[in-house]
Amino acid sequence: MAFNHKHLLGIQSLSAQDIRTILDTAESLSEISSREVKKVPILRGKTIINLFYEASTRTRSSFELAAKRLSADISNFSKATSAVVKGETLKDTILNLEAMNIDAIIMRHASSGSPHFVSSFCSSHVINAGDGTHEHPTQALLDALTIQQEKQTFKDLKVVIVGDILHSRVARSDLYLLKKLGAKVVLVGPPSLVPPAFKKYGAQIDYNFDRAIEDADVVMMLRIQLERQKRIYFPSLSEYHELFSLTPQRFSRAKHDAIIMHPGPINRDVEISTDMADSAKSVILKQVENGIAVRMAVLYLLLGGKEREITD
Amino acid sequence: MKLLIKNGRVIDPASGTDKTLDILIDRKKIAAVGSKINDKTAKVVDAAGKVVAPGFIDMHVHLREPGYEHKETIATGTLAAAAGGFTSVACMPNTSPINDNPGVTHSILTEAKRSARVNVLPIAAITRESAGEELTEMVNQAKAGAVAFSDDGRPLTNNQLMRRAMEYSQMLETTIIDHCETPDLSAGGVMHEGDYSYQFGLKGIPSSSEEVMVARDIILAESTGVGIHLAHLSTRGSVELVRRAKAKKIPVTAEVTPHHLLLDDSLLEHYDTNLKMKPPLRDKKDVQSLRKAAKEGVIDVIATDHAPHTPDEKEVEFDQAPFGIIGLETCVSLILDRLVREGILPLSRFIEMISSAPARILNLTDKGKIQPGADADLTLLDLNREVIVDVFAFRSHSRNSPFHGWKLKGAPEMTIVGGKIVYHC
Ligand SMILES: [Zn+2]
Ligand SMILES: [Zn+2]
Repeated sequence: MAFNHKHLLGIQSLSAQDIRTILDTAESLSEISSREVKKVPILRGKTIINLFYEASTRTRSSFELAAKRLSADISNFSKATSAVVKGETLKDTILNLEAMNIDAIIMRHASSGSPHFVSSFCSSHVINAGDGTHEHPTQALLDALTIQQEKQTFKDLKVVIVGDILHSRVARSDLYLLKKLGAKVVLVGPPSLVPPAFKKYGAQIDYNFDRAIEDADVVMMLRIQLERQKRIYFPSLSEYHELFSLTPQRFSRAKHDAIIMHPGPINRDVEISTDMADSAKSVILKQVENGIAVRMAVLYLLLGGKEREITD
Repeated sequence: MKLLIKNGRVIDPASGTDKTLDILIDRKKIAAVGSKINDKTAKVVDAAGKVVAPGFIDMHVHLREPGYEHKETIATGTLAAAAGGFTSVACMPNTSPINDNPGVTHSILTEAKRSARVNVLPIAAITRESAGEELTEMVNQAKAGAVAFSDDGRPLTNNQLMRRAMEYSQMLETTIIDHCETPDLSAGGVMHEGDYSYQFGLKGIPSSSEEVMVARDIILAESTGVGIHLAHLSTRGSVELVRRAKAKKIPVTAEVTPHHLLLDDSLLEHYDTNLKMKPPLRDKKDVQSLRKAAKEGVIDVIATDHAPHTPDEKEVEFDQAPFGIIGLETCVSLILDRLVREGILPLSRFIEMISSAPARILNLTDKGKIQPGADADLTLLDLNREVIVDVFAFRSHSRNSPFHGWKLKGAPEMTIVGGKIVYHC
């Protein structure tokens, strides 16, 4: 299995074959997590930094557990504990970490493109754990693994992604990935949050959720928040709720075997009703479980092989 | 001290000249232009095979002094200008303090006298602190030496104030220059809003941010009858608005930068902060439209918007980097190689856009032309010399240029300011 990348910066730079390689690797590694001793020595001696400039307990812990199950050493750095609060630049922070002979940096940052910036000057592997409103590749990979387990194929699946597409890195990475694997993707939300530009990347766009959900195989709900600055995009959560939340009535229009996904954390009864989130059709917790497997796969493929040729 | 420039191909757009001529310079003025001039007392410059043009004027430069000397100084900025073939630079007022009073204009000119390689032409602020609330003393600033007025970098959104500034400026031979941007449309934006901004997850600056203000300025120019100059146009919509305004004889002029003529938003995929400026790089159709507008005269001027920032300031996350790139040392070679040599912009039109047109707009009556009595500011070009852009060899104090490594054919050969050779390659 060839995986010729030094970094994982986004889904866009991966081929369909790369994605399949990661998913297959994740499938075979997932068994480790169900063992009594959940550990293999594949990455023993490797040092990984979890560098999270944005708070995210879930993604950070998922990477941490993935690294530990492969026997790597992993250290957590957050904005609060780093020298950033003392005015250190991102570049200086990375150069200081690299001076400690690390092998990989897992990075979450509010600025789009910051992992690309870091990869331009550092020698470690860089793994994007979410950059601004750009990409969140491991989320898309765990979504894909979940869909693959439920649906076996991506070809001609209808996936409906609902919410604040404009500001969502998850929606972008999912769109790129699902299109590469042959699925049909419909982006749904108010026009102010669903830019038509995404048609260029293969998406269909629909501002009417009731219509878009018809015959859907996968319904993916995104977390919606209404901070003050977002009031120029939509006026109120109640109007949003009326038009775009997932309720049993709406879900009944989807295919009978449709599944419900959500990258979390969910806002119960805002974008998704509680009975939908907890229903048998919901695979939300499976997504969380698969997160560890795909992150193990990514770490293994980037750091595991000694003699693998690096071409990018 | 006399200087005799022999056998150059003299291109003077003001008079429509393009032929081999000699130019005699006596002290700071051009004394004679003709064929086979002889003067045994003059130092001779052999310009055979070279183009001799009126001294290039960059009417949009940020020299950063006073206040930001770590980015650029009058000394380093004008050294860069001379090496780039410019004999005059007009410097924008967003220094610290902002050039909103005669004292700052005076101090810039005093420092220029001491350390500048080329002519420095201060542009003063339209409003105090460029805060967009009160007019500055335009008449007193002009007396101190300000050649034009602009709140560049701090968009003047108050329509009433812009109207009154235009009216008030009629007491002067001056020009108001507007940086056209609607802040509520560009808020938070770091690149052109389009397919690529959505892909890269970067907040966009829509074309409408510029076009709303271009339309506003044209409407005010028509209703007041006072001319306005539009800085660094970047969109095809702006080009259309200016084209229509000119057809209606509304007094509006416009400029474009080399980077907006050569680069587009697709290049931002690597999040290179040296591609981050305002207005942002637009899309390929915009680039085509700007090129056509330059050729046809809808856009009058090429200016660099030379905006120095240090590597430390630029080597950060994309959305946190300051806007702006430098251009003084790359402009001429870029245009000669990528537009003139490619047949997109005729050489004489380029020279017009960078000498006689800015001279006309800035009311510099003795500059931008090659004729007896004019200032002895000349730019000599070697159309065949090949250069490789090397930001580490720049005279500028900064190196925030996206053109590092570009191979270009055609370069400034010699720069003459007031009869003195200030640069010879
Ligand atoms: Zn400007
Ligand atoms: Zn400027």
